[in-house]
Amino acid sequence: MASAFEYAPAPESRSVVDIAPSYGLFIDGEFTDAADGKVFKTISPSTEEVLSEVAQAGAEDVDRAVKAARKAFEKWSALPGSERAKYLFRIARIIQERSRELAVLETLDNGKPIKETRDADLPLVAAHFFYYAGWADKLDHAGFGADPRPLGVAGQVIPWNFPLLMLAWKIAPALATGNTVVLKPAETTPLSALFFADICRQAGLPRGVVNILPGYGDTGASLVAHPDVDKVAFTGSTAVGKEIARTVAGTRKKLTLELGGKGANIVFDDAPIDQAVEGIVTGIFFNQGQVCCAGSRLLVQESIQDELLDSLKRRLSTLRLGDPLDKNTDIGAINSAEQLARITALTEQGEAEGAERWSPACELPSSGYWFAPTLFTNVTQAHTIARDEIFGPVLSVLTFRTPDEAVAKANNTQYGLSAGIWTEKGSRILAVANKLRAGVVWSNTFNKFDPTSPFGGYKESGFGREGGRHGLEAYLDV
Amino acid sequence: MPTTAPTALALADVTASDSTLRRFLHGLPGVDAVGLEARAASLGTRSIKTTAKAYAIDLAISMVDLTTLEGADTPGKVRALGAKAVHPDPTDRTTPTTAAVCVYPDMVAAAKEAVAGSGVKVASVATAFPAGRAALDVKLADVRDAVAAGADEIDMVIDRGAFLAGKYLKVYDEITAVKEACGDSARLKVIFETGELSTYDNIRRASWLGMLAGADFIKTSTGKVAVNATPANTLLMLEAVRDFRAQTGVQVGVKPAGGIRTSKDAIKFLVLVNETAGEDWLDNHWFRFGASSLLNDLLMQRQKLATGRYSGPDYVTVD
Repeated sequence: MASAFEYAPAPESRSVVDIAPSYGLFIDGEFTDAADGKVFKTISPSTEEVLSEVAQAGAEDVDRAVKAARKAFEKWSALPGSERAKYLFRIARIIQERSRELAVLETLDNGKPIKETRDADLPLVAAHFFYYAGWADKLDHAGFGADPRPLGVAGQVIPWNFPLLMLAWKIAPALATGNTVVLKPAETTPLSALFFADICRQAGLPRGVVNILPGYGDTGASLVAHPDVDKVAFTGSTAVGKEIARTVAGTRKKLTLELGGKGANIVFDDAPIDQAVEGIVTGIFFNQGQVCCAGSRLLVQESIQDELLDSLKRRLSTLRLGDPLDKNTDIGAINSAEQLARITALTEQGEAEGAERWSPACELPSSGYWFAPTLFTNVTQAHTIARDEIFGPVLSVLTFRTPDEAVAKANNTQYGLSAGIWTEKGSRILAVANKLRAGVVWSNTFNKFDPTSPFGGYKESGFGREGGRHGLEAYLDV
Repeated sequence: MPTTAPTALALADVTASDSTLRRFLHGLPGVDAVGLEARAASLGTRSIKTTAKAYAIDLAISMVDLTTLEGADTPGKVRALGAKAVHPDPTDRTTPTTAAVCVYPDMVAAAKEAVAGSGVKVASVATAFPAGRAALDVKLADVRDAVAAGADEIDMVIDRGAFLAGKYLKVYDEITAVKEACGDSARLKVIFETGELSTYDNIRRASWLGMLAGADFIKTSTGKVAVNATPANTLLMLEAVRDFRAQTGVQVGVKPAGGIRTSKDAIKFLVLVNETAGEDWLDNHWFRFGASSLLNDLLMQRQKLATGRYSGPDYVTVD
């Protein structure tokens, strides 16, 4: 017998997904080249291998797609809700049937572990379509008055951290309420959206109801600015969100924004320590920390600081970083070289400002974009790493002494997307949760998502809600 | 973990009275049931293949306490079990021996004879197993009997009634008395019957109580009730032994028992050990499986890895 329990590699097979050498734009039910013939490459962040070449939509393509969506809107919005529900249920079922293929694809294109795409992303994607399919024929009873009307054409721009899940968050409620969609996936992760286009065809969705336009920021900008778009929904960085708000200001377009965050994860001294440690790990190392609602600031009560940090460091030493297709991998690759550079710069600044850096002993693969799980202690509210969103596997640890101080520090941020509370005392959960200025407050858990529960931010984390009954409002004329 | 520094954990203070003991046990961090079960489930998705699987199967075989606890047990039955513990797979002598055979006290002598010279230990369930409902004198006599007959290990059940009534000191005193009766020759495994303790907080408190009282092993259950070993309660006990060692320097073993029937299940438990307590617990001195039907599944999986083919239940012995 060997001396230690070393897990042999357990890679998921790539053969379940067939990636074509090139993909077009999806407009009016057809795949088509960009008008100016531009293409870009999408790579696998864990190996830097080129996966495919994808058409890059320009202003002319945006116009074509919006026109197709406008035309489709007349028929789609006139369908009875129960008919639209049938299409959505069909899409949900196809997603379930193809979930293994989509999970592998997402892992290849995004770099996140197969464990997450398989166990978190894909089940949630299907659940969102099922959930909103259920609403499609019940809009009169959703609390927005009798017979609420759809808005028209929705221009949607989504990020690269949960490519297919963010697509589901955007497209499912839009279609359920009778809108049609032009969606731009992120330039680093366009593939699952293009596979989704294929699923729309498989489901027999009428032409033009869903259009997918891969591209960079300028594609998104033309989409947002297009005069015939009635509703803009964006998830991404706060900087781009502000730009979009400026573009849309003064027009009749409705807007929802889901932007950055700097979530506080507050651990009181009576917390269930072992589960709190798991929650901290889930909070900041899920999807390599590339989560807008990540619990990137750990606020720990001073009396248990040493004990908690010892437990946390021991736990981080068991995280397995490497090939995202390996079923035993906990930490995958960072999505892009650009993002890796940003994380690197911010952590260097953290060290320069005097915070103490710690990472478990951890070998990084030689190719691809990797960043070891990192912990900063001795962080104060004045440090950049306590204020700026890092969007990477980097946790800043701060301390507090009283519940009031915890609330004050948690709220002392320009963001307000998420927060966590860890305590065995139920009354404290309620009291503290009421004072936190955050769209989601988790108690004794973190990063739990469900289609029935609304999600959105305060302050610079944006406005509007996605998910749940509340998520319908953004796509209805109420 | 209590916030006491390792060297400052004065056991005499903690066990001075029922109230100090209660205060200590109730001062342990709470257990969030949802979080605990989610963690156990997520470790259950580790994919253990090829060389790691072969290693895990051999390790699991070496950790089995091959058990027969039936009213109908006879010396012949126990001899057969002992032979199987020594040579689990007669067709492949590279198969490791099991850790122990586990029998009732009156069968200890027969078991000792059956495993003589093999290194396989003899464990015996004493203390009015499985209910534990007998006077302390009777329980101690039971233990002394088993030890006198040569038992290397004693598996005792705690008085769940006393524990649930909050009489922690009574439970503590019983364990220390049994530990004393074990003497230097037998290691003591303390069985909590976690299914009857009902809450995870109780399981953590019982674990600490058992370890404070000198348990060499803490064990989930008797195998005689509806809920026996689960990944969650074993994970919780692994956290307890890990924390106890960090505070006192004393290492205590863990034994899940009952309901672990397949290799796949056993491997999941080994993953829990590996990623919770750590590899210091990954041998049969510190971790055991209380199981009777598990061994045959491990042997069939082992044969499959060796030959590339599944054999079948007739290719392993039925003892």
